Amino acid sequence: MTALPATPTSKKLGLVIDLDTCVGCQACVVNCKEWNTQGYPAPLSDSEPYGAAPSGAWLNRVHGFEVGEGPTAQIVHFPKSCLHCENAACVTVCPTGASYKRQADGIVLVDEDKCIGCGLCAWACPYGAREMDPGVGVMKKCTLCIDRIYNENIPEAEREPACVRTCPTRARHFGDLGDSDSAVSKLVAERGGFDLMAEMGYRPTNKYLPPRPRRCGAADSAKRLTPEPVAATGLLGWLDRLLDRV
Amino acid sequence: MHPAPSIVLFTTLSGVGYGLLFLLGLAAPFGQLPGDPAFGTVALGLALGLCAAGLLSSLAHLRHPERAWRAISQWRSSWLSREGLAALLTFLPAAVLGWGWIFEGRIIVAAAIVSALGAAATVYCTARIYATLQPIRQWRHPAVTTLYLLYALASGAVLLVLLLLLWDWRAQEAAFLAAFATAAAWLIKLRYWRDIDGGRSIATPESATGLGHLGSVRLLEPPHTEENYLLKEMGFRVARRHAERLRRLAAGSGFLLPVASLIVIIASAGWWELPLAALAAIGVLLGTLVERWLFFAEATHTVILYYGRQA
Repeated sequence: MTALPATPTSKKLGLVIDLDTCVGCQACVVNCKEWNTQGYPAPLSDSEPYGAAPSGAWLNRVHGFEVGEGPTAQIVHFPKSCLHCENAACVTVCPTGASYKRQADGIVLVDEDKCIGCGLCAWACPYGAREMDPGVGVMKKCTLCIDRIYNENIPEAEREPACVRTCPTRARHFGDLGDSDSAVSKLVAERGGFDLMAEMGYRPTNKYLPPRPRRCGAADSAKRLTPEPVAATGLLGWLDRLLDRV
Repeated sequence: MHPAPSIVLFTTLSGVGYGLLFLLGLAAPFGQLPGDPAFGTVALGLALGLCAAGLLSSLAHLRHPERAWRAISQWRSSWLSREGLAALLTFLPAAVLGWGWIFEGRIIVAAAIVSALGAAATVYCTARIYATLQPIRQWRHPAVTTLYLLYALASGAVLLVLLLLLWDWRAQEAAFLAAFATAAAWLIKLRYWRDIDGGRSIATPESATGLGHLGSVRLLEPPHTEENYLLKEMGFRVARRHAERLRRLAAGSGFLLPVASLIVIIASAGWWELPLAALAAIGVLLGTLVERWLFFAEATHTVILYYGRQA
């Protein structure tokens, strides 16, 4: 069970996250929590949610980074969830068979009835995609909302992950990255989508799109914002000279 | 990495237990140990008791220990599963060895050899759990597997010296082996500490975010205000000052004290041998516990790159 699919899965469902358009509003984080705490399979619990030190399991988190130096530095909002790796060590290290990668679509899941809560899969993940549920004591992770994307009880337009559905800037895209003709694959090719920590060799399915080059150099805009000294004439000039003397 | 007491205790105690079982299984068929059933009872009882105590301690780390039986099912891919399986299976030949030794007054050679092999395999599997985790560079160090095996051998051998002296049996060879294994383990460990101090993960905040082409990457706003599971489990930090002090304590107690005691035991004979062997055993156990705590506490995981820290 915890062996990875023998042949690479032909279908590779995953996310493409656009770091150019993400505004860091946290809506995807909240909607992910909202959907996954009420749907499949058990609540995504918190400990002391209203106490002094609230903590809990979340499947999607948005980090904020400052990138570059000086006038060209920029802020990049960085959503991070399970990348559904092809070479998913979290699956192979699992001693019970609770972690598995589906042959059909490449989604990495946890069978919560088999999980013993040893935490080894979280150690094996370089990205920190798995979190232990403090209430239930089993490992939780992004399911790519399998209970939405295949759910025939909801309108077809809504059959996408909760985070994608809710993103107000369309910074998140869902699709088959194994199909080179899919919209997400084309987006990755067009925008130069990349893998996180490729050197770890996990071959993540999810891709990230880099921020687009700034339209005008930040250095130019900095110059434009500096008020230029203008020699005043007439009444204002006279006032200016008068004030200088005071 | 968070040094969970259950895991520190587990790897140390089961290391000593399987180390002792390995030596008993190897030495017994060659008549190198007292054939006395009482010795068999105490020595095998101590070895298997330590193994069992370690395994029970590891259960304390699980959030669902009642499902622990499932953990022996995935031996084809998981080193943790292989370890669990090897640890339990080794009890079978050990029980046969014990039966022959205690009730029939003879050493069943096949059972002894298979016990020794099982013990070695178990410690090897324990080491591989850590050594195969790509995100933790301190555990990927090539010496980690050798170190686990040597610590098990050294601590098992020191206990064997103590047992032999208690039975008034010749302990020179065992003492020589114990001193050699202890010195080898610690000399490699000192080199290991130097290596991990000077090393850096191949992953960087730039590669973790893929934004290196835009310049250096610094955390501006963390994704949560409180410590979460990731930071508690993988963001553990030990102050360098404390780590230095603990390293000295570990090396003094686990290396200098036992090796000095063992050299005296090898070189001379007298009433002092037994207390010195006891001192060496306590020193090795304490030293290994501190060394194991540091093995976890000083290990860094690549996830902390997303939290503005170096791995």
